[in-house]
Amino acid sequence: MNKAKIYINGELIGTCDDPIDFVGEMREKRRSGEVSDEMNITYYEETDEVYIFNDPGRARRPLIIVKEGVPLLEEKHMDELEKGEIRWDDFIKLGIVEYLDAEEEENSYIAMGLNSLNEDHTHLEIDPSTMLGICAGIIPFSDHNSSPRNTMEAGMTKQALGLYVSNYALRTDTRAHLLHHPQTPLVKTRIIDATNYDKRPSGQNFVVAVMSFEGYNMEDSLILNKSSLERGMSRSSFFRSYEASERRYPGGQEDKFEIPEKGVRGYRSEEAYRHLDEDGIVNPESYVESGDVLIGKTSPPRFLEEIDEFGTVAERRRETSVTVRHGEKGVVDAVLLTETVEGSKLAKIRVRDTRQPEFGDKFASRHGQKGVVGLILSQEDVPFTEDGVVPDLIVNPHAIPSRMSVGQVIEMVAGKAGCMEGHRIDGTPFNDDMEQITKDALTANGFESAGCESLYSGTTGERIEAEIFVGVAYYQKLHHMTTDKVYARSRGPVQVLTRQPTEGRAREGGLRFGEMERDCLIAHGAALALKERLLDESDKYEAIICGDCGMISVYDKIRDKKYCPICGDVDSYPVEISYAFKLLLDELKSLCIFPKLVLEDKA
Amino acid sequence: MEIIDKKIIEKVEKIAKKKKAEFPESYIYDISEAYVRRELTEKELETLIIRVRKAYERARVEAGEAVGTVAAQSVGEPGTQMTMRTFHYAGVAELNVTLGLPRLIEIVDARKKISTPTMAIYFEDDKKEDEEFVKRLANRIGKSTMNDILKDFYINYAEMKVDGIIDEEKIEDKRLDKDEILANVEKAFKKVITINDNKLTFEPAKPSIRELRLLADKVRYLQISGVKNIGKVIIRKEDEWIIHTEGSNLGDILEIDGVDKVRTTTNDIHEIETVLGIEAARNSIINEALRTLEEQGLSVDVRHIMLVADMMAAEGSVRSIGRHGISGEKSSVLARAAFEETGKHLLRASIRGEVDKLTGIIENIIIGQPIPLGTGSVGVAMKSNKNKSK
Repeated sequence: MNKAKIYINGELIGTCDDPIDFVGEMREKRRSGEVSDEMNITYYEETDEVYIFNDPGRARRPLIIVKEGVPLLEEKHMDELEKGEIRWDDFIKLGIVEYLDAEEEENSYIAMGLNSLNEDHTHLEIDPSTMLGICAGIIPFSDHNSSPRNTMEAGMTKQALGLYVSNYALRTDTRAHLLHHPQTPLVKTRIIDATNYDKRPSGQNFVVAVMSFEGYNMEDSLILNKSSLERGMSRSSFFRSYEASERRYPGGQEDKFEIPEKGVRGYRSEEAYRHLDEDGIVNPESYVESGDVLIGKTSPPRFLEEIDEFGTVAERRRETSVTVRHGEKGVVDAVLLTETVEGSKLAKIRVRDTRQPEFGDKFASRHGQKGVVGLILSQEDVPFTEDGVVPDLIVNPHAIPSRMSVGQVIEMVAGKAGCMEGHRIDGTPFNDDMEQITKDALTANGFESAGCESLYSGTTGERIEAEIFVGVAYYQKLHHMTTDKVYARSRGPVQVLTRQPTEGRAREGGLRFGEMERDCLIAHGAALALKERLLDESDKYEAIICGDCGMISVYDKIRDKKYCPICGDVDSYPVEISYAFKLLLDELKSLCIFPKLVLEDKA
Repeated sequence: MEIIDKKIIEKVEKIAKKKKAEFPESYIYDISEAYVRRELTEKELETLIIRVRKAYERARVEAGEAVGTVAAQSVGEPGTQMTMRTFHYAGVAELNVTLGLPRLIEIVDARKKISTPTMAIYFEDDKKEDEEFVKRLANRIGKSTMNDILKDFYINYAEMKVDGIIDEEKIEDKRLDKDEILANVEKAFKKVITINDNKLTFEPAKPSIRELRLLADKVRYLQISGVKNIGKVIIRKEDEWIIHTEGSNLGDILEIDGVDKVRTTTNDIHEIETVLGIEAARNSIINEALRTLEEQGLSVDVRHIMLVADMMAAEGSVRSIGRHGISGEKSSVLARAAFEETGKHLLRASIRGEVDKLTGIIENIIIGQPIPLGTGSVGVAMKSNKNKSK
């Protein structure tokens, strides 16, 4: 029989005869402290290989060790822990708890709880929810959700705006979002406690009504209460930092922060410099828009000997100011002046912009229920409950059944109960008895246990016939906002090479009419619409074609004459082609292929 | 379908001709059927034909319609929904047939060697219920090796020989002829065999263990019956007895007596082309493509697929769609260069001094002219001699 291979951190280091015993022995050594507790060892029977890992960056999680169906963690340990006689680290030293990595989990049989423990188990969960990470652990009642929704939420919670750090006022992040008035979730989990989520929350508790409303919340759109927004709900700030330094160039020249003079090459309008102070840097708290200069800067000319028409060397400096990005605006929040490592002057400017929720901003609950704002409704038009509670948010009931995000429903009921009772509710997953507790709390406060209420129309005051499910859920504002994305262009900049419109919003580019869009116009037989898109609205060019040789002729502006570089003074004709095609012809010529255009009258 | 009197059909045909209606056969038939069933008068029949003609003409594709693009989109869009992972077992559980996107690609690429050739063999009316006949035929078509009819087989290392004992029951079961088999075996192993009733003894030319083992394998896998290129066969009773095969050999199968020459098919389009001709190949492309799409639960109008099949078969042999076939044989240099292998086409065009007449769609998009399709396909003509008559 072949010997089992042993790998340490993926590197083959040796073999062994009895891998099962070896692995067991190594584990015992780890538990007794002979070997580092950061070592994990796994044996794969199928390939007959032993894997040992101790490199940094592995995700590991603690589990209680079980021997012959009995967990090593006993009551007395818990008492000692409570008295403060022993600490968490001691559990590991004592070999009661150990950390497993993903690999070693393959070799273990982990019991979810004491009641399901049997002889074969090797480990016991401290709590079933410890299997969840930071992101998935934020989801309350995640055991009631379908797995795709939990996955989605685990991804989305990272996009939520919140209090991302507490020293944001001292930082110059290139981009940063900050939620105003963040709240701790009414329905929390034990992982939220463990990760100190409450200190850096990223959402707010909304009163949510689940109903359709005039069709403005179709297809996952949301209706927000305007008055709630005006009270500051989901308002956030966006910070962007700009920086520039007075660079030194070889040859003793350097950049200079200043308000550029009119003669400088590339001088902008006087308007653009209006916010600058004498030192060439903006004043704090001035309102700036895209194109406004934040740091006025000039640089030495790129090529030293630039000779003007009189044969003298003119020292014309270039304008290299830093301006507010295209499509952005804001108030200068902070101006920071320091030095670079080389010792030259460095300026950092932070611009702040307040973002009140608007149409198209993205929101999500903690159950993968994301949507964009479809309507901002005045409070007087929002339906209200018997008690006069007006919801902050109206979501469409169609968002629930097919996605099976039951956790959201339970969270809303629990949130409502928590509000009435005045305390937070624990929504840790795999905790079965929460449902009854919250239901009882609701009935005790005079609500229906399911959370349904009668609502009254905001416009007519009539009672809405159907019972509406109203509850409190924690909603997150995600960093996909309309202001960062809205874009349209009619005319604008073009590329130098192809003369076609530039690409991308930041470059004020065109919206690409792609190949498949082109196919559609062909299929419709819309020949002239297609020509307009692809030629007239893109890179139309009037080429002058030589009637003799079929190559592109030249127009001499000074003599106002057309001539062919090959045939000389012969007849030539203007032809409308795309500049890209002219470029193709030029490139073919550069490849020693001679393309000729044979002209004839239009049919 | 009830049979309608020929005279009525002829009559309808005549009226249709008079009304300048060029109907396909099925229309004539349907109209005749309605004529009989609804007991129409002569006048009513005429009105019916005129109305049908109008509807028929309205439904026709107009000149200048971009049928090719529409066909491409109509096949392409459902194609995006097809899953790449398709190695399904469809129809016959034991046979593994390529389906889904891989099969569709195979069809339009006009592959010479398809990945899973298979046949469905039907039988003539008098044989299709005859189980015994079908079974015997199946064994004749299907590949059998020595291994299938051996009762006992062992390699005798001590005496350096291979012994095999033939199982007569198995031969009987397979409806094979023992003498024929023995003759075959003797022919294949002329020098090394001794036959003693049912016991066959083989001795290698050179007495080495390697030779002995090679010989043993050779004996075991000797094909004793079957049609060339056909492997496993599966007999199935659907409404009648059908033989499904792994591998395909249409030409040889059709020569067998009792096989229905009309319904028996293969999924190898090239084989159909060589055996039955280009029209059959065209039909086969349509059937195969449509079946592949339908199997995936996608519905594409036949006419789009028919257009594809027509294009593929138009030149008299099956050509593929793509740079080795239709697209690579376009007359326009620019159109070819815009598709694939740009450099190659431009280089060749420059060497040969090709002229692009700029009559196609792609060329006109490149140079920025209205495409000769739809609204771009019309021009204004003027009679130049109009002035004289004034």
